[in-house]
Amino acid sequence: MSENKKREPWEEIVIRVLKKNEVRLVSHVPDNVLSRLIRLIEEDPYFTVISPAREEEAIGIVAGAYMAGTRGIVLMQTSGFATVVNALASLACPYQIPIVMMVSERGTLGEFQLGQSIVCRTMRPVLVSLGMEHFAIQDIDQVEFVADGMISQAFTTQSPATIILSPLLTKRKV
Amino acid sequence: MSNSEPDITRETASLLNRSDLTRRLVEKLDSQEAVIGGIGFSNFDLWASGQRQQNFYMLGSMGLATAIALGVAVAQPDRKVFALDGDGSILMQLGSFGTVAAVAPKNLAIIIWDNGAYHITGAQKTLTEKGSDLVAIAKGAGIKQAFWAADAEHFEALVERTLSGDGPWLIVAKIDKERPTGVTERDPVKIRINFMNGIAAKA
Repeated sequence: MSENKKREPWEEIVIRVLKKNEVRLVSHVPDNVLSRLIRLIEEDPYFTVISPAREEEAIGIVAGAYMAGTRGIVLMQTSGFATVVNALASLACPYQIPIVMMVSERGTLGEFQLGQSIVCRTMRPVLVSLGMEHFAIQDIDQVEFVADGMISQAFTTQSPATIILSPLLTKRKV
Repeated sequence: MSNSEPDITRETASLLNRSDLTRRLVEKLDSQEAVIGGIGFSNFDLWASGQRQQNFYMLGSMGLATAIALGVAVAQPDRKVFALDGDGSILMQLGSFGTVAAVAPKNLAIIIWDNGAYHITGAQKTLTEKGSDLVAIAKGAGIKQAFWAADAEHFEALVERTLSGDGPWLIVAKIDKERPTGVTERDPVKIRINFMNGIAAKA
């Protein structure tokens, strides 16, 4: 992180990795940390973007699209993850549908809302209970390797996976 | 036809039968259409109407039939896609009406079986039995082509319209509380692989 040349922002790296893995459908429920990534994706004609009313719907949409031949990803915040457990446990996991989620982690490292911090603490235990692959990216140097590895593994092993964006990466101002 | 569409409400719609209507629907399909069968009795009767490789049978994730169908419809815009769901299920995910209206897929039709009850769990009343009108809700959410089926023949006519014209469409049929005529086999991975083969999708 000490070099002077301008670093490629994490959002651009994510977009590059999505394209490399032919992930064309992005379904999201908005989040402040993801706002620049969402804007860049919406401006890029490579992507089809669907923003439903609720995170569960996004899981269903991406599941349907996958079965019909289009790879997708779901973007959400930690609190959104707390609403999708049934869709993961009774759709993505048993049918072996590779739902890839990118979750911006709120509720830790300076959170000011108690509810957010408690919801955040539920995420990893749920992922462990479901036997789902998950990894928190903490540094810009990890983005390409982790995002690419998790996305490609999800599709080759037909398993849902969660990429967590730590505040250490996104430097969310609280 | 839209100008002369009869003004039907949940009160005036005839009481129909899910197994009968499911068979009428499937008979009109030419085998290329994808059908997403919602959880419970919706997909039990879809199974009993004759298994098709282009059918996807939900065994969980209550409320997501329309979302899954939307994903299929967006990924394969040249294939007609039907979501079959119950009133209790769609009431869990009413936002999906707005999502469908916003995406506006021409190839998507949603069919709701409304018996006003969570039939499979002991027929407890749903909100439709207490006054919620799914056609009015869908129209309010932006799905303009939303209709009550007046009777079985009208249901068939509406299905024909969905097969020949641009959607998105919503058809709600008021149904009785007869049991389904079969039970879906429960092997999720087999169901998914059959469905993906049936709609020629490569993983």
